[in-house]
Amino acid sequence: MLNIALPKGRLGEKVYAMFEKAGYECPSIKENNRKLIFENEEKGVRYFWVKPSDVAIYVERGAADIGVAGKDILCEYEPDIYELLDLNMGKCRMCVAGKKDFYDDTDRTLKVATKFVNIASKYYASLSRDIDIIKLNGSIEIAPILGLSDVIVDIVETGTTLKENDLAVLETIMPISARLIANKVSFKFKTEEIERIAESLGTQVKNND
Amino acid sequence: MDKLQSLLKNEEKAVFALRSLYGKYGYLPYKMSKFEEYDLYVRNKDFLVSDSVITFNDTNGRLLALKPDVTLSIVKNYVEEPGVTQKLFYNENVYRVSARTHTYKEIMQTGLECIGDIDLYDIYEVVNLSLESLGEIGGDFVLDISHLGVLSALLDETGGDESFKKKIMHCISEKNRHEIARICEENAIDSESAGMLVDFVSVYGTPGTVIETLRKMCINETMKEAVDELESICGLLKNSRYSDKINLDFSIVNDMNYYNGIVFKGFINGIPESILSGGQYDKLMKKMGKKARAIGFAVYLDLLEQTGAKKQTDVDTLVLYSEETDLLKLSRFITEKASKGESVSAQRKIPQKLRYKTLIDFDKEENAQC
Repeated sequence: MLNIALPKGRLGEKVYAMFEKAGYECPSIKENNRKLIFENEEKGVRYFWVKPSDVAIYVERGAADIGVAGKDILCEYEPDIYELLDLNMGKCRMCVAGKKDFYDDTDRTLKVATKFVNIASKYYASLSRDIDIIKLNGSIEIAPILGLSDVIVDIVETGTTLKENDLAVLETIMPISARLIANKVSFKFKTEEIERIAESLGTQVKNND
Repeated sequence: MDKLQSLLKNEEKAVFALRSLYGKYGYLPYKMSKFEEYDLYVRNKDFLVSDSVITFNDTNGRLLALKPDVTLSIVKNYVEEPGVTQKLFYNENVYRVSARTHTYKEIMQTGLECIGDIDLYDIYEVVNLSLESLGEIGGDFVLDISHLGVLSALLDETGGDESFKKKIMHCISEKNRHEIARICEENAIDSESAGMLVDFVSVYGTPGTVIETLRKMCINETMKEAVDELESICGLLKNSRYSDKINLDFSIVNDMNYYNGIVFKGFINGIPESILSGGQYDKLMKKMGKKARAIGFAVYLDLLEQTGAKKQTDVDTLVLYSEETDLLKLSRFITEKASKGESVSAQRKIPQKLRYKTLIDFDKEENAQC
């Protein structure tokens, strides 16, 4: 039996469709009920939905054998896992954004608001820039508008939210997309099953391109 | 000179202003080494704002620390001299863990200490200098003054134990009346004392009115003495040009294991934390085996970085030249501009991030003149 952690939301549904296409369907998942775990004994798979940022934790600790998580989460928490495949979906960018007319006075400590403390710290450490990091949990875009921070480090998909608030992307830190990840130990004991899934998903990704 | 002044950042201007201020009142500069033996901080851990200290081994194996605090070093080096007070000021970087980011930060700190046989005048002088310091830094400011003697007299009267006192002090610092009422009930404190503590939270405002209210609240001799001292100091401070900036507020609470008597904090409108903090720390002196009293304060100048007009451009003029440009003419042109006090950047291509007021294409200008 293979435990698969899927991220709740639109991305997770798309990912499930890929698993289904790969021959690991689990019809009960589409029933509208309050169940948390969905099993298809015949195919040897068990799916469950978790908060996107928690997928990596389930996989790292072995509660899930494989899962799908965004690269942003993987870079932020740096879990000890195998990253098997770039699924090429849920594409966006990790960016530094600020007010449209933002002027970066390099003589001062830069105040950075973000959900991604690790990514932001590493990025500015690579530039040797002294920053004051402000950890927020949501509505990051409001920080530079109210003067809580000079800039923000956040995920940008279309940039509409930024535009509507007179903000702009100042720098792109890295591209982000969903990745198939596996627990390192599970991979050693369930090599074949995991490889088969990875391969099938991989072909789908190629065909989609 | 004005041009040079404008180059200084806010915090740098403040350093100069404060140096000159403290010098005028006979405070001597005190330069310290960056390192101190770690042992000093272990023994007085609670005195430090953050308990993490950056340590390393000296060449001879001794465990040293990057200074997280200046006061302890000054006290350590104090040599007793009966009847005399030592007046010192310093401007040092200290290394502390920032409570907000949980990382080590270098904090620029200026402060002064008055150690020895201090009397009412010394206390007044230090509080007055803290007012003057805030005035030098500028802007709209407030100095909150409290007296720990008043608070400790009230707490002693309740008969509660140490952990009770600690909780109440925390509530007072939060102006949290409902929690005080609850804790008093939990600890079976009589309703009269409990009511007094709750009322005490609302005692703040201008010295005149607050002292009047405190007089009515005096429950024992120690409290009366503390109120008397507070009144005398406020009386002396009436002469200050900043006397209208003084507030009495008992939510200014420092660790009573180290501090006693007057404690105070300064706030500047627009900076979300206190920029100045100080008080009388006779108990720390005693703990460190010194037969003297002391009072001092520190100004956290790094907070000033957030204030002041932000720069909007990098240079006044961007001069573009090319490989064909006559470099001699270019150099003359640039030097002339710079000597007029303008900032000029000579570039062959417009740098992506550089912000400038005017752009001069040197070759074009030259050709036009010809």
